[in-house]
Amino acid sequence: MKFTWFNLMPWPYLPDDFREKNRSVWVDIDQKLFDPVKSHEVYNTYMDLLEYAGEVGFDGIGVNEHHQNGYGIMPSPNIIAAGLARRTKDVALVVLGNSIALYNPPVRVAEEFAMLDCISGGRLVAGFPVGTSMDTNYCYGQIPSLTREKYAEAHDLILKAWTTREPFAFNGRYNKLRHVNIWPRPIQQPHPPVHIPGGGSVETYDFCIDNTYSYSYLSFTGYIRAKALLQGYWDRVAERNAPDTSPYRAGFAQTICVADTDEEAERLYWPHVSYFYNRCLHVYPGFADAPGYRTIKTIQSGALSQYAPQRGGFAELTWKNLIEGGHVIAGSPETVRQRMEEMIKGLHVGNVFCLMHVGNMPTEKCMYSTKLFADKVMPHLRGIFPDFADDSRFWCHPIDKTVSAGRLPSERDAFEAAREAALVPGE
Amino acid sequence: MELKTVQTEHVPVQYLEGGKGQPLVFLHSAGGMTADDPFLAKLAERFHVHAPFLPGYGESQECPELRDMLDITLHTQDVVEALGLKNPILVGHSMGGMIAAEMAATAPHEVSRLALICPAGLWLDDHPIPDFFSTLPFEMPALLFHDAVAGAAMMTAGRDVADPNFLQTYLVTNARQLGMAGRILFPIPERGLAGRLYRVKARTILVWGDSDRLIPPVYAQEFKRKIAGSQLVSIPEAGHMVIFEKADQVADAIGRLAQ
Repeated sequence: MKFTWFNLMPWPYLPDDFREKNRSVWVDIDQKLFDPVKSHEVYNTYMDLLEYAGEVGFDGIGVNEHHQNGYGIMPSPNIIAAGLARRTKDVALVVLGNSIALYNPPVRVAEEFAMLDCISGGRLVAGFPVGTSMDTNYCYGQIPSLTREKYAEAHDLILKAWTTREPFAFNGRYNKLRHVNIWPRPIQQPHPPVHIPGGGSVETYDFCIDNTYSYSYLSFTGYIRAKALLQGYWDRVAERNAPDTSPYRAGFAQTICVADTDEEAERLYWPHVSYFYNRCLHVYPGFADAPGYRTIKTIQSGALSQYAPQRGGFAELTWKNLIEGGHVIAGSPETVRQRMEEMIKGLHVGNVFCLMHVGNMPTEKCMYSTKLFADKVMPHLRGIFPDFADDSRFWCHPIDKTVSAGRLPSERDAFEAAREAALVPGE
Repeated sequence: MELKTVQTEHVPVQYLEGGKGQPLVFLHSAGGMTADDPFLAKLAERFHVHAPFLPGYGESQECPELRDMLDITLHTQDVVEALGLKNPILVGHSMGGMIAAEMAATAPHEVSRLALICPAGLWLDDHPIPDFFSTLPFEMPALLFHDAVAGAAMMTAGRDVADPNFLQTYLVTNARQLGMAGRILFPIPERGLAGRLYRVKARTILVWGDSDRLIPPVYAQEFKRKIAGSQLVSIPEAGHMVIFEKADQVADAIGRLAQ
């Protein structure tokens, strides 16, 4: 199993009447609600928490990309990942991911991911989402019905840039480049492992299966509602005669809160879970799905209505609803362990993206939940898929000897060595 | 109106044909059109109307090869040629007006009479056009009609919103139609027309509803300035869907081009 501690980086100061007074947390969210000075502490605390997750034993720490979004103040996950690369040692850096249709030219992603892989010593797991319609179409102005074509071209360009060892010309429809020759290139060969976030379209299933990429379903609606979608994926894996059904071919994001007892979990975390579902997910429906963003095939498959959130959105949901519906896995370590096992086996997923910082959760509670999960839950889940224990195709391969920040010699030693070097003829 | 098909380079194109008189080509808006469209019927009283569907609209086949303004402009010129028409009266509403204006600018010697009904295609920073794509269905009538209540009734007529398949059909139609429209209208309905309008040689009538809230009448002035000799017909108590709200007056304005 690979557990990645994920931080969406929600803005924790949305007012109590946010829902009533604002039409959307995303795209046209009120500028006045962001306070740059307060964000200084928010960013640094969130990065501390990611580093903490690395220290307590998570396999990966995860960041993602959203734009103009009150629940994700991370338009550039690569900036955060660069900071984390310097201050962590063994943990995987899961950047899930860069919306590659938005980078012009997309070789920028090939370069920045290569830099992250080099700085971290080969610890990068690279994600290539199409991006939500809110981000891609409404914030970044991509034409909805051309987004996927542009995405596909960006993917081909990045992979070619990573794996070609001489300069080449790329004559794409959206990218005309005479000299592609990225420098640096990634440590991991032939390239870092790739995870693709998807939302139920058959095209994305096939794209992952054919390229040996991991398919990740990132939703906030929990594992019970995800069953049909991931079953669709596994059916497709079988239909296309993939060589194996390794659980690492799939990943799933789940909100998780751990406390000493089930009752304590509700007391501790309900305000923050409620903040997330009521304020952070308050998205104006007009931004949800620009016409043409989804393929006709996907709409016709009926997938959307099947996976859509329940009527009335999330606002009506109580703690009990969210627990029973599987949106949130919360409770004592034993409760969480049982439900995690049910989730992991039920969905057949080897990569779990643990959403452990929820809404406006304060640092102390987040550390508490994180530590309990790492110590009392994770170890019991490690051995669920013994047959695939050796499958490392979907995870990073760091070099043997990595270095991290703070390795300069003392000034005295450095200067002495410099002066000695000056005495050596020819130096 | 009769539904027919004509072959073009990329795809077969469906079109509605009807009426007698001088040949006229009508290009529909991003909202599309239907065979029982009352405005087409009105035009057919005095013209021989040809109204092609943009690929993806109505039942017509989609055409992924049409990606940008030039593709769509040339495709529509192909359609006119395939219909065997030479220099017909060219009429376009909203998105169709944008395409018609592009046709008149790119091939000024092939278009000598042009009617643009509240066309898209220009952008004024001081008068931003509302984001049509993120507008929810229930908000549309207020944007599109002078009389929002009557407009809402017009938009929902013949639709069974209680039908469980309604939503899926609606989403598929939207994805097909507005997906295609987005190639020239998303996120800003402007693709450089302002720099090409000087090429238009056609006698041009501009028709605008005074209470157009989608593309406000200030845009009429801008078109008028940029197309030499163009005439503006302003219609009171009409919104962006002026062709439905004041079909007679719009048809009369277009009638001037027949003289």
